[in-house]
Amino acid sequence: MKKLLNTLFINQPDVYLALDGDNIILLKDDEKLGRLPLHNLEAVISFGYTGASPALMGYCAERNISLVFFTMNGRFLARVIGESRGNVVLRKKQYRVSDDELKSAKIARNFIVGKIYNNKWMIERMTRDYPMRVDVTQFKEVSHYLSSIILDVRECEDLERLRGLEGQAAISYNKLFNQMILQQKDSFYFHTRSRRPPLDNVNAMLSFAYTLLANDMASALEGVGLDAYVGFLHRDRPGRISLALDVMEELRGVYADRFVLSLINKKIINKDDFLKKENGAVIMSDESRKKFLTAWQNKKQEKITHPYLNEKISWGLVPHAQALLLARYLRGDLDEYPPFLWK
Amino acid sequence: MSSKGYKDEDDYLMLSGIQHFQFCKRQWALIHIEQQWEENVRTVEGQYLHRKADQPFTREKRGNKLIVRAMPVKSNELKITGICDVVEFIKDDNGIEINGLDEKYIAYPVEYKRGKPKMNDSDILQLTAQAMCLEEMLLCEINMGYVFYNEIKHRVEVPITQNDKNKVRIIVTKMQGYYRRRHTPKVETGSFCKNCSLQHICLPKLMNKRSVKSYIEGKIHE
Repeated sequence: MKKLLNTLFINQPDVYLALDGDNIILLKDDEKLGRLPLHNLEAVISFGYTGASPALMGYCAERNISLVFFTMNGRFLARVIGESRGNVVLRKKQYRVSDDELKSAKIARNFIVGKIYNNKWMIERMTRDYPMRVDVTQFKEVSHYLSSIILDVRECEDLERLRGLEGQAAISYNKLFNQMILQQKDSFYFHTRSRRPPLDNVNAMLSFAYTLLANDMASALEGVGLDAYVGFLHRDRPGRISLALDVMEELRGVYADRFVLSLINKKIINKDDFLKKENGAVIMSDESRKKFLTAWQNKKQEKITHPYLNEKISWGLVPHAQALLLARYLRGDLDEYPPFLWK
Repeated sequence: MSSKGYKDEDDYLMLSGIQHFQFCKRQWALIHIEQQWEENVRTVEGQYLHRKADQPFTREKRGNKLIVRAMPVKSNELKITGICDVVEFIKDDNGIEINGLDEKYIAYPVEYKRGKPKMNDSDILQLTAQAMCLEEMLLCEINMGYVFYNEIKHRVEVPITQNDKNKVRIIVTKMQGYYRRRHTPKVETGSFCKNCSLQHICLPKLMNKRSVKSYIEGKIHE
């Protein structure tokens, strides 16, 4: 498996990024703030508007370093993609499968199997680690219910029904989410998912984590030659990275939700890290985003054993590994797409 | 030119693929069908070595020798195309006339390799294919070529034989077959996978893995 390199986060709005030889340089009012060799970088993620030079964009695109722009509030703006990375054959296969509902369903159901399986084991883990803090009976009930849905999903060959099953599973998992928050309960609570805008602290963090994950997923898919915009479960919608959202389903809980929960439960983030606007929208402060991103980077470096590949990789490479496995399935090397089943 | 002719030429395979195909059919397919390429130390070293050879605008004359670098060649019979690192033309009364030159010449292809002479015949077959292209383009006969090995800093003389030409024809026919079907074969893996520049894309271990179906069923029923 390839090695995970660093991500450079630019957290100041008025920094301009440029290329100098094999280095990225950070400029503010024509003053040089920093200079870093690009060969150590996997991604450059900028929160701000000032921008980057075309030379830097070309360099990054050619070497598969993802260069992404977000607004200061963490809303995705743009991702730099260079010359399409070969593999026309793979992309055509992807489009053909995407046009075929039955074939799409057979892949999509494995994303959902992964998602429900991982959520089930998050719930099981809570009952094991905190039997005194959570309602074990209720948790076990949901866990059993999710197990039974997984079996239905395995048999499902219809996309609409698949979405229905996924929805049922999500409702019962979401019901327990608030109970998984064990600290700072006054400031952090979860009733329901809200986005555009997120209306509470937990949702603000979930939104941010999902955005980062979706972006990593899209870069990983483009990196192996797939088209991040053409999905199997999520159908085409202009500007939506449907395939990234598809593959991300299995990682939402185990990667993003667990990460957000740990920030709260370990008190890395607290109530002062958020700002509530007049309309109820909650946004994260600059300082909290910094803490968030530092923790996110650390999480990505943690090593795990991939359950199907049986190979030691870092968490941050899981999107890449899944993208690679999906590509190899589409090209006929595997009998099914192997979801990331994490226990 | 008819549209068919145009299409035909686009479908010519890369001559350099012969050695990939000899090394591993899957590696060849990943590079030439799926257009995947991952740089590693070996390929970078290879590029460095080819810096000198890749100078299409220099034409060097040394005594009775004319040295031409980076010469594009093709064969309509084999439907392959590529670039000869170096072609040497040696003055010889039994040779052929070359446009713009007074004397007659015999051509020899010279291929540059990073490592040392190999046990298998992949370098020889690549050179033979180059010779076959040159024969077709120059209407001549080539019975000798050279492979320069950087590790021993020495060129090895290689006779161009009918036997090797037949091998090239057989290999190229197989390559055309895979290419027409855009098929990436699953093949036997082995210790040679460790030296492959595409192992991170190919995932050779995947070939021996248990089925995904049993992986999923095993997990959800445990």
